[in-house]
Amino acid sequence: MMVPMAATPSGPQPSWGGAAVGADLAGLLRASALGDENAFAQLYDAVSARIYGLVLRVVRDPAQSQEVAQEALLDIWRTSARFDPSRGSAVSWMLTIAHRKAVDRVRSAQASTDREDTYGSRNQERTYDETSETVERRLDAQRVRNALDSLTETQRSAVELAYLGGYTHTEVASLLGVPLGTAKTRIRDGLIRLRDTMGVQS
Amino acid sequence: MSADIHGLVGAYAVDAIDEQERSDFELHLAECPECQAEVASLQEAATQLSLLSETAPPSSLRDSVLAGIKTVRPLPPLEAQSRGPVASGPVGGPSPTADAPHRADSTVVPFRPRRRVTAWLASAAAAAVLLVGGLAWSPWDDGANGRGRGQVSATEQVLEAKDATRYEKVIGDAKATIVRSASLGKAVIIADHMPAAPDGKDFQLWYDQPNHGMVNAGVMPHGSADTVTVLLSGDAATATGVGITVEPAGGSPAPTSEPLALFAFS
Repeated sequence: MMVPMAATPSGPQPSWGGAAVGADLAGLLRASALGDENAFAQLYDAVSARIYGLVLRVVRDPAQSQEVAQEALLDIWRTSARFDPSRGSAVSWMLTIAHRKAVDRVRSAQASTDREDTYGSRNQERTYDETSETVERRLDAQRVRNALDSLTETQRSAVELAYLGGYTHTEVASLLGVPLGTAKTRIRDGLIRLRDTMGVQS
Repeated sequence: MSADIHGLVGAYAVDAIDEQERSDFELHLAECPECQAEVASLQEAATQLSLLSETAPPSSLRDSVLAGIKTVRPLPPLEAQSRGPVASGPVGGPSPTADAPHRADSTVVPFRPRRRVTAWLASAAAAAVLLVGGLAWSPWDDGANGRGRGQVSATEQVLEAKDATRYEKVIGDAKATIVRSASLGKAVIIADHMPAAPDGKDFQLWYDQPNHGMVNAGVMPHGSADTVTVLLSGDAATATGVGITVEPAGGSPAPTSEPLALFAFS
């Protein structure tokens, strides 16, 4: 049985990143849990570009990404009452749901379809909607880029393959030609570094 | 194994694990506050990467999502966030609800009752129509077994029988108690905090009858309630135990799923 998360500070969430949208996402989630469709529409407007962009990054096919993003958003609506602010930020909670769905989709498709080689295709992110990008968001994105740059090259590859590529740590190990335990460690160390560099508190 | 499983915390936080590892890790996670905190903080960090891939979705997505939510009922909060099977899901992440049955079905693992039960109960809880607030709706009153006074008195007879023996099982947040009177040849199940069965499913009761295997002992009324008491049909005197499974609505002639719980009369 789960122990209360005493080890997790329940204080305010990081004011950057999640706040890029400037809205009280946790409050909108709470309102959604009560069936407030307008609140959910605001939530959608605040996070859909991050959700869709992340799903697209993992899934790649736009039509499938749209399906996955829709499933994720409906799931967020359905389970909104279960968001627990003491365990993390609202935006992270929503993106975690979307990421999991995206990964499930590519894994189930993996058996039948070979995805195009993912690694190093960062320039595929050109689908940015530049017009919607505010200065504030650019700063947030820059902060993330800087944090990524603080990782060692090997950590960065492992984290990107795992999180953005949707590969399991076992697959990451064989893609990088390193032992299993090494891939696992690089993913974890890379994430820790990212967290500490960005000053994430959760 | 604990040092080993501990090391999966990063891979778990970014979904870089297979189903088997996920199940194993979640069992560990439920009991490891340090891992819970680390998973939460690493997920927080990883999701920041999405700032680099922001992409405006097609406008049709907004329309279909906002139309979609009109047909989807938001679930109530989990009654006890701090305990129970659902809490063993990803920390700060999605509840392992809707997909749990698929996961369980599509993952080839040796039968491990605890996992199946928790995965299943998580989904049942997700589908539950819990009694919340002042809503006083009790579907149990007109359940499949009727509501005649004779029913109640038969149940009471069992509960008050001199040889009444109780067998209890905790299933996630729910507790099921079988009360059996061999002299009356009857048994009653008392389910506390039982979640509703998922849509299109019912809980079905079975007597384990020597030489006959699992024999239908009735279907629990659909819905959920704080306490449900149902008289089992069939001969409790010859039965050696009781099982509960999830079956398509209305029940099956024979069990089609792994038992959620088995009670052996000893």
